[in-house]
Parts: sequence; structure tokens; C-alpha cells
Amino acid sequence: MLKIENLHATVADKPILKGLSLSINAGEIHAIMGPNGAGKSTLSYVLGGRPGYEVTEGSATFDGQDLLDMDPHERAAAGLFLGFQYPVEIPGVSNVQFLRESLNAQRKARGQEPLSGGDFLKLAREKAGLLRMDMDMLKRPVNVGFSGGEKKRNEMVQMGILDPKLAILDETDSGLDIDALRVVGDGINAIMRRPDKAVLLITHYQRLLDYVQPDFVHVLAAGRIVKSGGPELALELEREGYAEIAA
Amino acid sequence: MTIATLPTRRDEAWRYSDIDAVTAAWPLPAPESIIVPAGGKFARAIVQDAGDIRQIELVLGKGAVAHLHVLNIGGAYGRIELAVTLHEGADFRFGAAQIGGGEQNLEIVTTVTHAEPGATSRQVVRSVLGGTATGTYLGKVAVARDAQQTDSEQDVKAMLLDRSATANAKPELEIFADDVKCAHGCAIGELDAMALYYLQSRGLPPAEAKKILLQAFVAGVFDGAEDEERLQALALAKLGELV
Repeated sequence: MLKIENLHATVADKPILKGLSLSINAGEIHAIMGPNGAGKSTLSYVLGGRPGYEVTEGSATFDGQDLLDMDPHERAAAGLFLGFQYPVEIPGVSNVQFLRESLNAQRKARGQEPLSGGDFLKLAREKAGLLRMDMDMLKRPVNVGFSGGEKKRNEMVQMGILDPKLAILDETDSGLDIDALRVVGDGINAIMRRPDKAVLLITHYQRLLDYVQPDFVHVLAAGRIVKSGGPELALELEREGYAEIAA
Repeated sequence: MTIATLPTRRDEAWRYSDIDAVTAAWPLPAPESIIVPAGGKFARAIVQDAGDIRQIELVLGKGAVAHLHVLNIGGAYGRIELAVTLHEGADFRFGAAQIGGGEQNLEIVTTVTHAEPGATSRQVVRSVLGGTATGTYLGKVAVARDAQQTDSEQDVKAMLLDRSATANAKPELEIFADDVKCAHGCAIGELDAMALYYLQSRGLPPAEAKKILLQAFVAGVFDGAEDEERLQALALAKLGELV
């Protein structure tokens, strides 16, 4: 589904990714772990098409299409979802309005009929329930006044509503307390653990992986994947630290 | 407000004006005069969409209330000029949006005089400017010597969509009383790049993402207007032309 080959990328002319290769198939959950500054967030932003993140070499394809050639909204319509490490607050724009317009823009791009207001609210209610988020919060301006945990939960509600093929979740576990971590973990499983979907989890810690068990774990250090393995690699990292494993 | 001679750019209130357009329209008709009697209520929405110069003199009697909403969007040069006089305990609410692109020059010029004690005035003005358009807000609040307990507020923001657009904003206070509350805030900025990216990452095309942010930016200006829906719809349509 996602094939990254020898990816090099710079931010403000500073090389961050230095030859990263990764392949993710439908039905798989991959975790990328790594120390601060390894390039984890840069990878998520490069795949999400954030301006300012320049690819200097290599390729990334999504379902055979050149991902790097697509605008951010085209990537979304193709089925890519980026869960932000720091979800953005947008005063004056309600969650439901924003999500309904986003979903319908995606549907339009795919040649589907727009969802009616009633059908959308039904869908939103279902997904909010899954993440135990109050519908009132969905009517409030996007992320404004939300706690760190509520913002991450809102990201997952958005993911549920937009129903992507591939979710790249950048430190979705940070800022979550233990109960919220379980709710979010269960949410990811309910929404994304399907034979036709895939997830790339970017995280510092093992703890989210207790709830969302990965099929593959990769260690990212200095802009490259230096080690790959099964779920046991995450436990090993937790025990031994990155310095030991990445060396 | 009535001026006998053609203004020039040396006149403070016409400093950013399109003097050629003013000359073409000269002589201006007498300002419209509105007097709201003591205890009276007045509400009006003005849509300037044809390149007019509109001058209004508004006098609020004791305890009178006026809500004025303005959408300034049309023509090469459009100017709305208000002179408001508030008597004791009067309440003046003003909500305005001016949205311009291309080479448009749009202006809102207000003078609010608190002539007697205890009156309140609230002005909220939002400008959205693209292309090489110019948007100007000149707002003077004058508080007379015995107009104690005056409560006035000016909240002025402008959003530039292109580096070639210009926003002028000048809140001005002239206070002769010593027990007053006069607040003014003014900001000129551009759309938040991270917010734009966030919206696009969810599937909104760039123009739609901009439109939704701009809609939020001007929202609130028309709260409580009698034909709020029409004003919002017209503003949204104009924003759609700019993004």
C-alpha cells in the first residue's frame, strides 16, 4: 500500500531523512520508534505533504500512485490520514462543519455523492461514541480549549469519520492519561485493524503498543531505519534504550 | 461631516482615499441624517456593493440604542463614513466587514462622539484584502469633558491574502473626561499556514480551506443583525471570489 524508497528530505535546507526505505502492506500495523530528533515527525509531514518539507531524493508511492506529486488534499482523498502530534486549534470553525466539508470534498474528489447533514451527524455520533467523546465537543470550534488528551481523541474521531486506508499517527499517545490511552488504542483497532487498511504508528514509547499491537517495529535513527523486527523489538527497546539498539 | 471643498490626501479622513473617484462623484450629496429619539431603537444593515460614497450622521438621544451593520464589498472605490453622537446612556453597536480584491479601495471611517455621560459604543471591524486592494478603517472616539462613565471599544482586525494588499487601521481616542473606559485593539495578519495545512490534510482543497478560515474571521461581525443570513451569504460569496 505504501512503498518508500531511499527517501531523503530536508527542512529549511537541513537534511533530516537520509535514505529511508519502508514498505507497508494492507492489513499491517507498523510502529516506528526512535529517539528525539531521529526524523519521525519529519517522516509523517513529508508523507502528509506539509509545505517546507522538501524531498531531495527517493520516492514514495501510495497504492501505486506517486504520493510526493500529490497536494495534501489529494493525498487525503486518496485515503491517507495524518494524525497530528500537535493538533491545530481553529477558532470560529466548528468541528462538525469542518469535518462534513472535508468528508464531502474527499467524496467529491472520488466521484461519490455528498453525505447529507443527517447522515453525517449519524456517522459523527457513532465515531464520537467509539472514542467516548461528547457530541457537544464536536460542535465546538476545532480543538479550541481542548486538553491535550481531548485533542488526540478528536484526531481519532476525525479518522473514524474520514475512514482512511492508511493512517499515519504521529505520537498520538503523547498527552494521554492511562484511561485515554486505552480508549484511543481501542479506537485505532476498531477503525483501522482491517484487511484493507494499514497503520503507521510513530511513537516514543512501548505503552501504546500494548493496546495496538504492531506486526512490525522499526527503529529510526539519524534519518534512516536502522533496525526492523516484530513486536518483541519494542519490548527490547523499552528495556535496553535506543542508544544500545541503534548503535 | 459636510465638507465644502473637495478633500485632498492631506485631509486626515481622506488620506488613503481614491481622490480621483471622489472628484468624479463631487459634489457629494448631503449626508443622510438619522435621529433616534430618547429611548428609541434603531437597526440597519448597509451593503455597499456599487462603489458608493455613503455618509451618515446618526444622533442617539438619551438611552437610545442603535445597531448598525455594514458590508463594504463593491466597486473600485467604496466608502462608508459615519458620524455618531451619543447622548446620556445611549448604546451604539457597529459591526462591519470589508472584503476587497483586485485593485479595490474600500474605506470605513467613523467618528463616535460621547457627548454625555454613561453611553456605550462597540465597534467590530474585519477587513479581508487580496490582490492590490486597500482597506482602511479610521475610527475616532471622542469623549466630551462631562461624558463620565463612557464605555467604548474598538476591535479592528485585517487579514491580507497577498503581500501586495494593504490594510490601514487607525483607532484614535480623544478623551476629555477622567472616568472612562476606552479599549481599542488592532491587528493585521495573514492566514495561519499551519491551520491551512491542517484543513487541507483532511481533504479540503486550498481555496475551500482558505474560505472556511476567512468565514471564521469575519463571523461574529453580523451577530444579531436583522438580515444576518443575507449578510453572511453575501460576505461568503465575496470571500469565494478572493480565494
